[in-house]
Amino acid sequence: MTAVTLAPAPAAGEGGRLAGTGMLVKMWLRRDRIMLPAWIYALTALVSSSMYSFRTGYDEPGALEKFARGINDNPSTKAMYGPVLNEHTASGVAAWQTGATGAALVGLMCVLLVVRHSRAEEETGRLELVGAGVVGRRAPLTAALLVAATAAGTLAVLATAVMIAFGAPAAGAVAFGLAWFGAGMVFAGVAAVTAQVAQTSRLANGLALAVLGTGFLLRGLGDVGSAHWLAWLSPIGWAQRVRPYADEQWAALALPLVAFALLAAAAYALIERRDLGAGILAPGPGPSRAAPSLRTPLALAWRLQRGSLVGWSAGFLVYGLAIGGIADGVSDLVGDSDSTLKSLRELGRQDDIVDAFLSTAMGLMALLTAAYAVQGVLRLRAEEAGQRLEPVLATGVGRLRWAVSQLAVTVAGTVVMLALTGLAVGSAHGLRSGDLGGQLPRVFGAALAQLPAVWVVAGVTVLLFGLLPRAAQAGWGVLAVCLMLGQMGPVLKLPQPVMDVSPFTHTPNVPGGTFSPLPLVSLTAVALAASAAGLLAFRRRDIG
Amino acid sequence: MTHATTPTTAEATDAIQAAGLVKTFGPTRALDGLDLTVRTGEVHGFLGPNGAGKSTTIRVLLGLMRADAGTARLLGGDPWQDATALHRRLAYVPGDVTLWPNLTGGEVIDLLGRLRGGLDEDRRELLLERFELDPKKKGRAYSKGNRQKVALVAAFASDAELLILDEPTSGLDPLMEEMFRTSVQEERDAGRTVLLSSHILSEVEALCDRVTIIRRGRTAETGTLDELRHLTRTAVTADLAGDPGDLAGLPGVQDLDVRPLEGPGVRVRCEVDTDRLGTLLERLTPAGVRSLTSRPPTLEELFLRHYQDDLAPAEAS
Repeated sequence: MTAVTLAPAPAAGEGGRLAGTGMLVKMWLRRDRIMLPAWIYALTALVSSSMYSFRTGYDEPGALEKFARGINDNPSTKAMYGPVLNEHTASGVAAWQTGATGAALVGLMCVLLVVRHSRAEEETGRLELVGAGVVGRRAPLTAALLVAATAAGTLAVLATAVMIAFGAPAAGAVAFGLAWFGAGMVFAGVAAVTAQVAQTSRLANGLALAVLGTGFLLRGLGDVGSAHWLAWLSPIGWAQRVRPYADEQWAALALPLVAFALLAAAAYALIERRDLGAGILAPGPGPSRAAPSLRTPLALAWRLQRGSLVGWSAGFLVYGLAIGGIADGVSDLVGDSDSTLKSLRELGRQDDIVDAFLSTAMGLMALLTAAYAVQGVLRLRAEEAGQRLEPVLATGVGRLRWAVSQLAVTVAGTVVMLALTGLAVGSAHGLRSGDLGGQLPRVFGAALAQLPAVWVVAGVTVLLFGLLPRAAQAGWGVLAVCLMLGQMGPVLKLPQPVMDVSPFTHTPNVPGGTFSPLPLVSLTAVALAASAAGLLAFRRRDIG
Repeated sequence: MTHATTPTTAEATDAIQAAGLVKTFGPTRALDGLDLTVRTGEVHGFLGPNGAGKSTTIRVLLGLMRADAGTARLLGGDPWQDATALHRRLAYVPGDVTLWPNLTGGEVIDLLGRLRGGLDEDRRELLLERFELDPKKKGRAYSKGNRQKVALVAAFASDAELLILDEPTSGLDPLMEEMFRTSVQEERDAGRTVLLSSHILSEVEALCDRVTIIRRGRTAETGTLDELRHLTRTAVTADLAGDPGDLAGLPGVQDLDVRPLEGPGVRVRCEVDTDRLGTLLERLTPAGVRSLTSRPPTLEELFLRHYQDDLAPAEAS
């Protein structure tokens, strides 16, 4: 009867089990004071940039309709975004562009928020500290859900306001905002359940994101194929079924709300059945002996990084296939929209529209790979700051050997990921365009040509780790600067010397552009020099 | 300290020799001229309150940090230059053990052993049983005490010449603490050297041949427990049949308290410098001793004596 003794006194009643919720909400909103505004800003910006481009880019009569018909005839874009429901207004097309992907992103935000404030708090033991105070058994989860609802609600209001500000009809804008809110709350509910089921925040996030991914997939299948009912199984599909700007179906909003209520009830029921810190899924025991191969720092590095590499690679593979699938149809899509054409050409820095699209996509994959690389290099610091490095260095392993082993796995990971991207984009694009033999090698080469710039970002992060270990997180800042220069530079017409700061500026515009090996050799040399300097500094400094 | 007090054989060398170590972190002087000598084959207690510089000293000895001044020798080598070669000959248990969340305890024990160059399989089994450690759990699932046990099993199962243990029992329950003592004694019997940093004084008193007490980054006292006790006073309580006369005038006697017993006679309580104990007893015996207790100072008292300066201002503030 431990469950009974752990529960608060019956006299406290329902209010007792929720005691302290308000305090927790305040505390967590404060903890999220950077993260929440960033999410809300990014998603609001998504809506406003979409509204802006469809209002200004398609002003000739018939342009929007032509674009929309192109979408509705193209299975791969329909799989990614769904069909355009209202072909005649900019707000209708913007709702198409941001509706489903946005709903998935709002869902992602809510999953991360709920897990962060429920399971993660419990896992680190902080909740035990809080739970010993006057905090009811249901308060932490309730507070986490309230934080998610606050975030999704604020976002819904802002998205609605932005659309109305761009001249969209109020009813459609409200429906759009509520559809996002509904999707967010469903996934908040999903995360509330997985946070009870899993014992670690990693697994709780993983399970909830698997539900999110399945939802996205079901919606895509339902939109493309003949089995339209599949989309009705997906919370992201529900958001579409509200049909903003296309004869709004307000009743469809009941689906997410009922689903949320059921999920939340299930989560609360699970809370009553488990102890603090425990999950419904108890993690199984692992091996009592290490595999014979686990005997070198390299084997340890592989063991620590392989999970993340497999996850990233799978994502890259799927995304690569999608990009390759769309590429050949991209000129139909863009159609006569001069501004989109122009901005694609500026970003891709070349004339052939398909190649411009492909090289833009490669540039994006390069940035994502660099994010993986920064995360991989910062593992060095995480091991050090987490005090897992000292016991390793107190054995016969030298500092350089340890660091080089970790970095080798990370660098090999960047090669694997971009090679996979090249294969996926190249073969999908080759098959769709009927020129597999011609497209696969050049796209594969274009993917690998991104590597040296990625390595420069990684090398600078190694340098930071060696020289200023406490500031090593600034590696993310380096990546952010590269991202801003790459995205905003051409738009703002920044001078070339400023653009040249980013290593990605020096990557040849492939496929399609002129290829020269010299920048790649120089970038690799810079990366090597920065890494070597960082490692030397690491060898000379104090650990800790 | 001098070697004259304990005769050393020709082949006995010092496992650790540090002199005048200085290490500063910004404005804080973590080590301020610290000396430490650990002889080969001894269990050496390294005592000091939190923040006295124990862990910093150990990090310098492991070559994880470089001292700003002073010299350090470890197993005859330079801890910074020869780190890797020396580390194959030692095992280290950090004060705050963190494990990789997705590796099991058994995997960590094997990995650390192999990175060092070997593990005694029989001893690994014995120690797992002794410490009642489940090697199949993942790192994130262990409690603090169990994480510490993982590191202890890895260290005791190695064939290292030198064990450096930084507050290794802070998370262990009394039963496991007993198992820890057994293991350290086995290490000593096997001729290994142990540096045991601790602030659990009973543990040090039970296990250590010699101790070094440090304070604010400096060595306050070093020697065998007997030597340290000689430097201090013994508490004496005696019930006497008659009047012992004026004891306050005796050299080395302090905190004297004489009060009459309910029947005839008096009870004498005092502290006396340990080397003057004989003189005091010569005065007490003629008065007819009915009962006598003399208690040597505990390590705690030794320890506290060194920190009274630190405590006094703290109490005043």
